[in-house]
Amino acid sequence: MEIRPILSTLRRHKTAAALIVLEIALSCAIICNALFLIGDRMSQMQRISGFDEQDIVRMQITGIGTDDNAPSLTQTDLASLRAIPGVRSASATNQVPFNNSSWNSSVNLTKEQTHQNLNATVYMGDTQFVGTMGLKIIAGRDFTPEDIVTWDEMDKPNSKVQPHVAILTRATAEKLWPGENPIGKQYYSWGDEPTRVIGVVEHMVRPSRQGGPGEFEYSMILPVRVPYTVGGNYLIRVTDPTRRTEVIAAAEKALAHNASNRIMLEKKTMEEMRRDYYQDDRSMAWLMVSVCVALLIVTALGIVGLASFWVQQRTRQIGVRRALGATKSQILRYFQTENFLLATVGIVVGMILAFGINQLLMDRYELPRLPLLYLPIGAVVLWLLGQASVFGPARRAAAVPPAVATRSV
Amino acid sequence: MLAYYFDLALRSFKRNRVLTALMVLAIALGIGASMTTLTVFHVLSGDPIPQKSSMLFYPQLDPRSMDGFTAGEEPEDQMTRYDAEALLRDAKGDRQAVMTGGGAGITPERQGLAPFAIDARYTSADFFTMFDVPMLAGNGWTKAEDDRHERVVVLAKPLAEKLFGTVQAVGKNVRMDGHDFRVIGVMADWRPTPKFFDVNSDRYGATEQAFLPFSTSRDLDMGRNGSMNCWDAGDDAQDDPEGETGVNAPCTWLQYWVQLDSPAKAEAYKRYLVNYSDQQRASGRYQRPTNVRLRNVMEWLDYRRVVPGDVRLQMWLAFGFLAVCLLNTVGLLLAKFLRRSPEIGVRRALGASRRAIFAQCLVEAGTVGLAGGVLGLGLAMLGLWAVRQQPAAYADLAHLDPTMLITTFVLAIASSVIAGLVPAWHACQVTPAVQLKSQ
Repeated sequence: MEIRPILSTLRRHKTAAALIVLEIALSCAIICNALFLIGDRMSQMQRISGFDEQDIVRMQITGIGTDDNAPSLTQTDLASLRAIPGVRSASATNQVPFNNSSWNSSVNLTKEQTHQNLNATVYMGDTQFVGTMGLKIIAGRDFTPEDIVTWDEMDKPNSKVQPHVAILTRATAEKLWPGENPIGKQYYSWGDEPTRVIGVVEHMVRPSRQGGPGEFEYSMILPVRVPYTVGGNYLIRVTDPTRRTEVIAAAEKALAHNASNRIMLEKKTMEEMRRDYYQDDRSMAWLMVSVCVALLIVTALGIVGLASFWVQQRTRQIGVRRALGATKSQILRYFQTENFLLATVGIVVGMILAFGINQLLMDRYELPRLPLLYLPIGAVVLWLLGQASVFGPARRAAAVPPAVATRSV
Repeated sequence: MLAYYFDLALRSFKRNRVLTALMVLAIALGIGASMTTLTVFHVLSGDPIPQKSSMLFYPQLDPRSMDGFTAGEEPEDQMTRYDAEALLRDAKGDRQAVMTGGGAGITPERQGLAPFAIDARYTSADFFTMFDVPMLAGNGWTKAEDDRHERVVVLAKPLAEKLFGTVQAVGKNVRMDGHDFRVIGVMADWRPTPKFFDVNSDRYGATEQAFLPFSTSRDLDMGRNGSMNCWDAGDDAQDDPEGETGVNAPCTWLQYWVQLDSPAKAEAYKRYLVNYSDQQRASGRYQRPTNVRLRNVMEWLDYRRVVPGDVRLQMWLAFGFLAVCLLNTVGLLLAKFLRRSPEIGVRRALGASRRAIFAQCLVEAGTVGLAGGVLGLGLAMLGLWAVRQQPAAYADLAHLDPTMLITTFVLAIASSVIAGLVPAWHACQVTPAVQLKSQ
């Protein structure tokens, strides 16, 4: 296939050629970034939480005014919840995942340092917490009753009571002591005295997105028994997901029975919590998918429009070539090659543009750099699109009979 | 002449229905997408209190310890109770108020109504006058009530109606967190967008349902909402008996607003803040170098990046899409005009000037834009309807206002006329002789 005649033809149709190139370039840049953003959202939505999501329900409750009796009422509540048929275990905690509110604390390896090693979220729970959440301990042990301190003792003014042990996530331990066995190591976080690591769980996400994707699993669990007035979260793990509705109804009744003047704020399965939490990301991803599809359609229509125009304009030229012995497939290939060349230039410009846009996004939205993998994907998509759009007009061009050349001269 | 060109444009459309439909559709899609996202952005980035936004300021101080200190960083976003109460006592602004979000449980007296939880705001007297809060009945409280820690409350309209079946609730009692509060005012609907005075919680949601004196809320140790940042005051520091919400607690959790009627007063207030911070440092309460800010409403919203990142992203995405749609239109118009070269040649030979051809082409492009604008408006309304179905807090605010309506048409016609420039220029370059010869 000779490229030179194509180039010289294109040189005489600079505007139209430039338009196709620009349109392809812009589409390519937008589609690469949109696909990347979709992928980024999807991977965030699919991250492993570490919790046994399908078996957990959350009941959030609040009292009216202050309640001096809260710690013992909480124990009564937990006992009633654990007695409900279908309940495997229950625990009270200060915060829950898939939520925008969270407790966070700095983590330091020495007492004197002024700049923290990292910032981690703080889950508080009793000996049943790890089991109720379905967390997987990969090293060390779970809390024992001797580890537990109560919130009320800890929260008193000038109290010296503090948790002395903690369970960390693997991500936190690995960041603090890379490549070392974290069990038995100490750090400073809650209180003036050190905290010793007794266990490591495989995964446990932070409640919110504080800290961004890199700090997604900077979490610690402190052995603190919290009353329902701190966060108001009862987490219940059921024996079988089908029993969740039944357990929620029974739990609501039990809590109302234990004290009459409390208000139920929320009762949800953890699956619902996850779904609601990622709702915005899901709609954003769908929106980008629709924009990409619309872009592809508009670009394809643009190519069809301009290619048809060219074919019509060059009918006579095509007729002459056919009369001089060019075969139908040669004419067809001529237009296909022409489109391939234009698309290639468009894709090259588009890639540069894509990286430019990505740079802007990185600055403003803390996004990672566009992986190179997206470039061949974008290129192939647009090449295919170009070929598909030009096929119709090119076939019409190939169908031009050689007689046209003689007729209109 | 324009009417004639318009007529010509319509005739040309009829000859090329598919091509015209494609162009109109492309513009409509681009306009629809851009206007949907632009409207959402316009609503979310608007001035919540236009009559006063340049007079209302949010002072920031930096009371943290030297832990984690990095020179040049922004000061804290909120205030400690000690500082807020000191500034409130000094009252150096024309008006000022301390505030925080909170929550309370209400035990209604009305039969058949179970106890329920509401969002409340604990603030001080000037809140209502400073923010021009519209009242349906009664008034806000005064400094006297603040000083006496009185149990008074201003209710939002929906809560008054829920509790008493009427907005005429002044003088009645509400039982909140187990204490009786006297209703002294009922607010009319008031929903500044964004909720500039506290951007920690729901920035575009409804305002709180009950407003009561901050001093009273501390007396009764009522629950607070929002964000709180505490730091280690040192091993030998005494804890505040009230805990983290106490006067001496090393925690920032309060918002503070001040009204300063003139730029000169704002200057003076900034000097006062610097002075105050220097004094705190001298007395040993502050450890960090003096670092104060005094931002007005719009500067504050901008600094806190109140408009959600996704909304900006969607807007840029839509404008990118519009750009592709316009490039597409340029290409199709070019094809269309050049296909008519013979006709243009005849018109030129009969004496039409290049300018006339140019004008005719632009009228045709503008007409396409107008049609695209009308269709795009429909699509934008559809798009906004879709936005309103989303669970986001701002969803119900997504409506087209007159400004955006006009913007739609200006954008549609302007962009299609711009898209028509290159093709029109090419069309008027057609040389009559060549075209006539080849016919």
